Amino acid sequence: MPLSTQSQGDDDQYVLVASLDNARNLSNILKAITFKDHAIFTATTNGLKVTVEDSKCLQANAFIQAEIFQEFTIREDLVAFQINLTVLLDCLNIFGGTTTPGVSTALRMCYRGYGYPLTLFLEEGGVVTVCKINTQEPEEPIDFEFCSTNVTNKVILQSESLKEAFSELDMTSEVLQITMSPSQPYFRLSTFGNAGNAHYDYSKDSDMMELFKCTETQTNRYKMSLLKPSTKALALSCKVSVRTDNRGFLSLQYLVRNDDGQICFVEYYCCPDEEVEEN
Amino acid sequence: MHCIVTGGNVKVLAKAVHSLSRIGDELYVEPQEDGLALRSVNSSRSAYACFLFAPLFFSRYSTTSGDNFRCKMAIKSVQSVFRSLTTLEKTVEKCHIDLDKQKDRLTFTLHCKHGLLKTHNLSFQDSESLQAVFDKDSYANVFKAQPRLLVDTVIHFPPSLEEVTVSVSDERMWVRNHVEEEAEASKAMLTELCLASDEFDHFAAQAHNSVTFCLKELRGLLVFAESTGLPVSMYLDEPGSPVVLSVTDSVLEGNFVLATLSDDPSLRKNSSKGAHTAAPPPPDDFMNDDMDSYLIAMDTSIAPGPSNTGPPPPSLADDTRSKRPAAVSHKARILIEEAEEEEEETDDLDRLPNKKFRSLFFGSVLPPSSQLSTQPMTSQEVLASDSEEET
Repeated sequence: MPLSTQSQGDDDQYVLVASLDNARNLSNILKAITFKDHAIFTATTNGLKVTVEDSKCLQANAFIQAEIFQEFTIREDLVAFQINLTVLLDCLNIFGGTTTPGVSTALRMCYRGYGYPLTLFLEEGGVVTVCKINTQEPEEPIDFEFCSTNVTNKVILQSESLKEAFSELDMTSEVLQITMSPSQPYFRLSTFGNAGNAHYDYSKDSDMMELFKCTETQTNRYKMSLLKPSTKALALSCKVSVRTDNRGFLSLQYLVRNDDGQICFVEYYCCPDEEVEEN
Repeated sequence: MHCIVTGGNVKVLAKAVHSLSRIGDELYVEPQEDGLALRSVNSSRSAYACFLFAPLFFSRYSTTSGDNFRCKMAIKSVQSVFRSLTTLEKTVEKCHIDLDKQKDRLTFTLHCKHGLLKTHNLSFQDSESLQAVFDKDSYANVFKAQPRLLVDTVIHFPPSLEEVTVSVSDERMWVRNHVEEEAEASKAMLTELCLASDEFDHFAAQAHNSVTFCLKELRGLLVFAESTGLPVSMYLDEPGSPVVLSVTDSVLEGNFVLATLSDDPSLRKNSSKGAHTAAPPPPDDFMNDDMDSYLIAMDTSIAPGPSNTGPPPPSLADDTRSKRPAAVSHKARILIEEAEEEEEETDDLDRLPNKKFRSLFFGSVLPPSSQLSTQPMTSQEVLASDSEEET
């Protein structure tokens, strides 16, 4: 199909058209979930959801609401495809990603439907680049069946303090153990590494703790290798909510502000490594 | 043992640990009556460092008296407790250090701002006593300078530089890089700096000596000194005798002891500036850490077991201290007297072949000489490395 400059008329052939004046509002948030090559894109009238999964035990989702985009047109109830995330990010950063103030890369993302590639029009300083990335059959994202009615423990922390703990985590530990309790130690992150064990305790009265709702004492272990990628999302975020349900499944939700101050969300779901009774 | 470090002293403690990590891989911890001693030694025993923190350094310091406890642990584990110095400064209010003998754990608890508590339970091993005894008062040359002076001097040498030679006269100190004799003249670059005595806080050169030692181990001390602003004292003697650098204030003392290359007697020239030449390359490559031509013999007796009363071991120190290494072959050895626990050594001597001398023979063979004959030398076999003595 010969590629010509986009005109309004052509838009009819696309089931999804999304435009951003600043492509970083998309690329930055996608970096927070790029731990695997492939991602599932799901678009609805609400916006875009990008899902990345690892070994059926971990799922990361990035949500970019329709309001974030300068233009967001969808002609079907649900549009879904699978795409190579690494390639997509390389394309979004094709102009080098330098952060000169006032200069940004504009993006127009178009998708014709099943079987068609995703077309990206990127423009910076008058130079236009067109990228076409092949799409694949989307896999069904895992449903972790994590619902708020089953949530036993929930805390909301300011990311600043959690960032410190995550940057110091003993990587020789295979697991990260999370203890949440209505009594001491309230909220504890533990590692068991070669040198010994380490505990990071957050008091419920801490000024970093925005919300503390723990109904029962729970201790769960999660594979460190699965949770390590979440550090990227943590680095971008200003607040994080940590929830566990009655099965010990973990939900981490990160509130991210983009370049324009708009709010996006990233969430991670993780299966517990093993059930651990109270230590 | 239980002690508490508060405020800015946490960062000082952390810096001491980081500077010890430039010396060796293991941290030897020994709570003493006169304070907490943290020590490290490198694998070839050519560099040793010790920081002693007086009880006043701590807001609380208590040890079980009469308890000769000592342990060692991987220094990386302790560094991970004090990973980010800037974070330490900003967020840590106090640090508790507790010893749990039942569980063989040393616990570091950092009380931080915003109600965050970091607890690190580190496992340790029992260890031998590690002590290099040196007598700073006996040194011929003593200097004292602000750390800035030494840092500015050392900066002229590339980080890859192994050895540096320091020569002193009445009014001057020269610092230059040590170049191998067989190095190609076209490829070798010689850098030499001259420092005048008035740049030092104290300059007393009684003997015009020239010593060569390893530079990189020194850098750890300089980083510590510069950040704490403490002046550095330097003690120099003749080649073969270790050079000692120390920082002191009212509540802490840090000593870095670095072995120096000794002159080969057959090639000894006037050790005046410019005329000093390196000893001919020894049969082993002494640039290789494993087979070094200079080292500090450490007294490494095992930690006390059930005490036996036995005859005190022959006092080797007196015999050997008088033997100035300069007369020994180019393999410089400094025999160091037993600092403490002489009673327990009888166990060692019975069980294992002359532990005291093991480090003498570590990786090399000494030619027989008159001095060594005074020692109960059984053989010159190369014994296994120090790891054996750990129980």
